[in-house]
Amino acid sequence: MDRKIRVLVAKPGLDGHDRGAKVVARALRDAGMEVIYTGLHQTAEMIVEASIQEDVDVVGLSLLSGAHMTLFIDVAKLLKKKGMSDVLIVGGGIIPEEDIPKLKKAGIDGVFGPGTPCDEIIDFIKNNVKR
Amino acid sequence: MKDLAENVLKGDPRSIARLITLSENNDNISIKAMKKIHPHTGKAHVIGITGVMGSGKSTLICELTQLFRKQGKSVGIIAIDPTSPFSGGALLGDRIRMQRLAMDDEVFIRSMGTRGMLGGLTSAVYDVVEILDASGKDVVIVETVGVGQAEVDIIKIADTTLVVVVPGLGDSIQTLKAGVMEIADIYVVNKADRKGVNQTVAEVESLVDISCSEKDRKTPVISTIAKDSKGIDNLLDLIEDHQKYLHKTDLFEKQRLLRYEAELVEIIRKKLMNFIFDEKQFKDKVEDLINKISKKQIDPHSAADEILKKIIK
Repeated sequence: MDRKIRVLVAKPGLDGHDRGAKVVARALRDAGMEVIYTGLHQTAEMIVEASIQEDVDVVGLSLLSGAHMTLFIDVAKLLKKKGMSDVLIVGGGIIPEEDIPKLKKAGIDGVFGPGTPCDEIIDFIKNNVKR
Repeated sequence: MKDLAENVLKGDPRSIARLITLSENNDNISIKAMKKIHPHTGKAHVIGITGVMGSGKSTLICELTQLFRKQGKSVGIIAIDPTSPFSGGALLGDRIRMQRLAMDDEVFIRSMGTRGMLGGLTSAVYDVVEILDASGKDVVIVETVGVGQAEVDIIKIADTTLVVVVPGLGDSIQTLKAGVMEIADIYVVNKADRKGVNQTVAEVESLVDISCSEKDRKTPVISTIAKDSKGIDNLLDLIEDHQKYLHKTDLFEKQRLLRYEAELVEIIRKKLMNFIFDEKQFKDKVEDLINKISKKQIDPHSAADEILKKIIK
């Protein structure tokens, strides 16, 4: 068995700031993971369809527009609805502190704000993948 | 997991995706499922697309797929990108160019890393073609990694091979003449809105004129601008012409035999390597021999013979 952790990195919604997502994607690649980078302007439906076809262990969402309470939660709900409850969901971007507990309750397993060392994200993924 | 093969045959996307993962990971469950699947394969037309990095392969696939969909055909896409030789990780980015296919249930896209293979493909690609074929896809498109000169494995798996070149590579067209530039069933000069396109088309055409004198089919050269959807319908015609040509001659059968030979060799290679390098008893022996080679106590050829003798006896 040569198992590799597969991660989908996507930017839901309308903001075009993808540097953070690219930095994280690169760091995960260098940590030995297979990163499927889907780019900007993704709808929740597109993200979930891609997650199914790519059979990923992790979905990573990056958002800086402030719409995380809607879009992150939409992705989590739709993944669950499609039977993908064994997927780890992590999010990052400009997320106010007070939103984090609500996001976690809604099924976002990890939330990482600006300045998070990449190793922290890598460790979180390695320790928490569900299958 | 018991009905995995059956669900794949029914076309269930989650089962297709899971079986591909198991196959990539060399999981024993996949071998059981693949045995059930093989009798249901052979129907899909397999199109290989290769070319240098940045030549527009993914964009061309997105455009072609939309035309296949208009004909009512379902499409499976395998997009291969390189695996890092250092970390074993990969950044798979071909999906970005295929956004317009994202919400079509009749299109299945899978990104794969090369995981150590060097010929432009990945070891599990034979299984993945069979999985998509058996799941009912009419067309399976395989996109290789961006290639240089010698990554020609795509011809072993594809019924129709497209080689994509772009204007402005100048002399590299010359140097590409052996290897990649020999394998095309159709040459595509993409990014035809760029300067120098006429020269590139002329160079490729002259290459065809020289090399195809003995064949009854002249390899066509077509220019396209994939990002503006230009020339794609003509390309589709050429692909269909080639498919008819394969069936009219005995080439289709020959092509399939070549694929199964390559697949067989790959499975044997994988099994043998796992046996030598993973089995406990051999692992120690192999490490010992490597040390001896380093200390000049044995040469590599004799060491290889010693290992093979142990297996064959």
